[in-house]
Amino acid sequence: MYPHLFMEDFVFYLFKEKYMNYLPKSLAVGFVLATFAASSVLAAGTHPVTGEALADDQTFTYSLLDEFTSVDPQIVEDVSGSDIIRDLFEGLMNQDADGNLVPGVATGFTTNDAKNVYTFTLRDNAMWSDGNQVTAHDFVYAWQRLADPATASPYSWFAEIMALENVGAVMSGELGPEALGIRALDNHTLEVRLTASLPYFAAMTTHASTFPTPQWTIRTFGNDWTKPGNIVSNGAYVLTEHIPMERTIRERNSLYWNDEATILDKVVTLVINDENVDLTRYLAGETDKGTVPSGQYLRLKEEYPNQATSFPRLCNYYMTFNLSPSGPEAFKDVRVRHALAYAIDRSVITEKILQAGQINAFTFTPGATAGFDVPAVAFGQMSQDERNAKAQELMAEAGYGPDNPLSFEYLYNTSEGHKKIAIAAQQMWKETLGANATLANQEWKTFLKTRGGQGFELARGAWCGDYNEASTFLDLLSTPSGYNDGKFSNAEVDQLMLEARTMSDASANYTRVEEILANEMPVIPIYHYAGVFMLKTNVKGWPYNNVEQNWYSRNLYKVAQ
Amino acid sequence: MFNYIIKRIGIAIPTLLILIVVTFYLMHAAPGGPFTSERPLPAQVLANIEAKYGLDQPVWRQMINYSWGVVTEFDFGPSYKYHDRTVNEIIAQGFPITLKYGFWSFIVAIGVGIPLGAIAAIRKNTWIDYFAVGVSIGAQVLPNFVMAPLLIIVFTLWLGWLPGGGWHGGDWEYLVMPVIALSTSYMASIARITRSSMLEVLNANYIRTARAKGLPTKTIFFRHVFKPSLLPVISYLGPAFVGLITGSVVIDMIFSTGGMGYFFVNAAFNRDYAVMMGITILVGSLTILFSLIADLLYAWVDPKIRY
Repeated sequence: MYPHLFMEDFVFYLFKEKYMNYLPKSLAVGFVLATFAASSVLAAGTHPVTGEALADDQTFTYSLLDEFTSVDPQIVEDVSGSDIIRDLFEGLMNQDADGNLVPGVATGFTTNDAKNVYTFTLRDNAMWSDGNQVTAHDFVYAWQRLADPATASPYSWFAEIMALENVGAVMSGELGPEALGIRALDNHTLEVRLTASLPYFAAMTTHASTFPTPQWTIRTFGNDWTKPGNIVSNGAYVLTEHIPMERTIRERNSLYWNDEATILDKVVTLVINDENVDLTRYLAGETDKGTVPSGQYLRLKEEYPNQATSFPRLCNYYMTFNLSPSGPEAFKDVRVRHALAYAIDRSVITEKILQAGQINAFTFTPGATAGFDVPAVAFGQMSQDERNAKAQELMAEAGYGPDNPLSFEYLYNTSEGHKKIAIAAQQMWKETLGANATLANQEWKTFLKTRGGQGFELARGAWCGDYNEASTFLDLLSTPSGYNDGKFSNAEVDQLMLEARTMSDASANYTRVEEILANEMPVIPIYHYAGVFMLKTNVKGWPYNNVEQNWYSRNLYKVAQ
Repeated sequence: MFNYIIKRIGIAIPTLLILIVVTFYLMHAAPGGPFTSERPLPAQVLANIEAKYGLDQPVWRQMINYSWGVVTEFDFGPSYKYHDRTVNEIIAQGFPITLKYGFWSFIVAIGVGIPLGAIAAIRKNTWIDYFAVGVSIGAQVLPNFVMAPLLIIVFTLWLGWLPGGGWHGGDWEYLVMPVIALSTSYMASIARITRSSMLEVLNANYIRTARAKGLPTKTIFFRHVFKPSLLPVISYLGPAFVGLITGSVVIDMIFSTGGMGYFFVNAAFNRDYAVMMGITILVGSLTILFSLIADLLYAWVDPKIRY
């Protein structure tokens, strides 16, 4: 390794190598202490708005079930990575505790009547953590980078659903990234041109993929730019430590334009893969926010009523019929589809199996979705006994009975949780309808391949909204959707969904689509998800009412106990 | 001896090549790919990504490109899942961790297992023997995925003595529970192998002769019994050592140690091809190396074996 050195030199060399590295770090420690001293007035004091007494130690520690994929805004593809990115970077707009749009780097925006040109005004005091000013050019660079095929971002499709001008041609390499419909009119004015009228466009800029990135840093460090020490960011926190599969630390960014309002000094994530261990470590006081293992919510709610939390999420759980030519003949009969959907007692699944505040589903779109009124679909209004009776009647009409039982296969991806639901459904179909369902399960990626290739009869499905609007769910059941694995196709649904894109209030269309779905029953809605977690009582400011659960550490704080 | 080592290395190269080819094809035979997800990527996006990583080429060509990168530049490729890191970085981070807790588990397994087996053999059919056998059977049947969470409940939640997980550069308090959980079943196997092989040696004719000569028990044990009875233990230790230092998914998952075991298993689920290949090559090479070392140790212990 060091062949030219003698032993003594070698030892010294190692010493030097080991301790010289600490020199800049100790400077950094001094810097952190200095900022801490500056902010300690606030940290040890009271909350500026609520007046609560604040804890001295403003460190928030929470667990992740798995390592996140990246902290590069244009590359990230998972929720836990996006949570971290919302702390490190700041986009044009943010969300408040209720999920409403509030200014971020942009102080506001204007749009034309056609809602296809948006002009954002950027604040002039937004800074990067290296002291550079955040300008409109940083957004131009980031959005071009998202669409650029050279970046090969797995989330570049987000640029496509934002309907930016020329996005398709840029992504396929026909045009250069500079042809994308975004430009800086000056340092603080950003103009975005769209190919479609999108009334909710500004809400899309709260998504991590649209956050600005520092071109100069990426140019200097290449793929290593996200490593602590290299990374430059414009959010309320900077990444100071990242040990993959173990932990990350982010500390407050004193250059953030609204740093004065930040209370938490330090946010730590720990990767804990096992949810039971996660809970144990939470109870041992190692984390402030932890997981509720499946099936344990009721017990924890009883023991820790102020810590165990359940809230509705924008996700659904359903079963999809294969309606393509490769699907079974029996499922082409709408009466059979209805009978199977009616015969499932959803209360048994939500109250006896899942037990964590999940909601029985009779529509595809969760009721928690903004601007969506759950329509009173007929089968949702009946009691389970009425549904069972109706199901038996329909099944007999369709020609199935004791001497001619319906047989089919239900496919789900391998998991204990899905298995329990599958067994319950199998039993309900057997008891109510005499139908024989065989259960099959496949490992996740194999399952996706099978389902995507229509190699199934009835399959499990689940969908979480990309944004808080019903189309994120209902588009899935339109003919052109790439996610429509059951190949349901209905001209009226397609028409309604197409119209909805440019309407300022499309709720009537969504209600109508749900009614069609209740009549046609291409999928069996089972339940709408609930999010569950444990949160220490001294942590305040959690946005329980934000259904997308987009939370920002700078809005959290710890009170003294 | 020297020729033997050269010959073994000569065999190792084709062995590794076969390992690479078989793993590469099996990996690609599994349905789905690294970018298969619940939201299928639009064709253009997928094409861009596949072009970037060379996944659009035929499998044999990908394999040759990959192997070429490994041989010429020692480059094991990028991770398709953890985009900020390369496989070299993942191994550089995870392997030292696995090595450290694996090594200490090995030391504990030998340090406890061999004396336990030896005492049981010498005091055969006494309460010491029953105790030792009981302990080793208990340790054997208690799987580490049961024991590990129990350790955390006892030492972290109830007693509050040890942190419930993490690594922190391998400080001792982060090392205790992973080492206990990982070493016990190895310790139990070593104890049982030592006991039975030592009993066999103790019943051999030459031991009877030694006793008849009037040699003190201590001399008989250390000069005549100990070494030969270790032979089966050594043949067990070679693969056991490789098993210990190449990672345990259970330990990594439950104690959040960040070692290689979890990356390896996860890579298979994620179809993270390069990570899977990189770790396979590393584990394969180590297995070959340590079975060679075990064979050489064998020759040292047993003079009848000569290569």
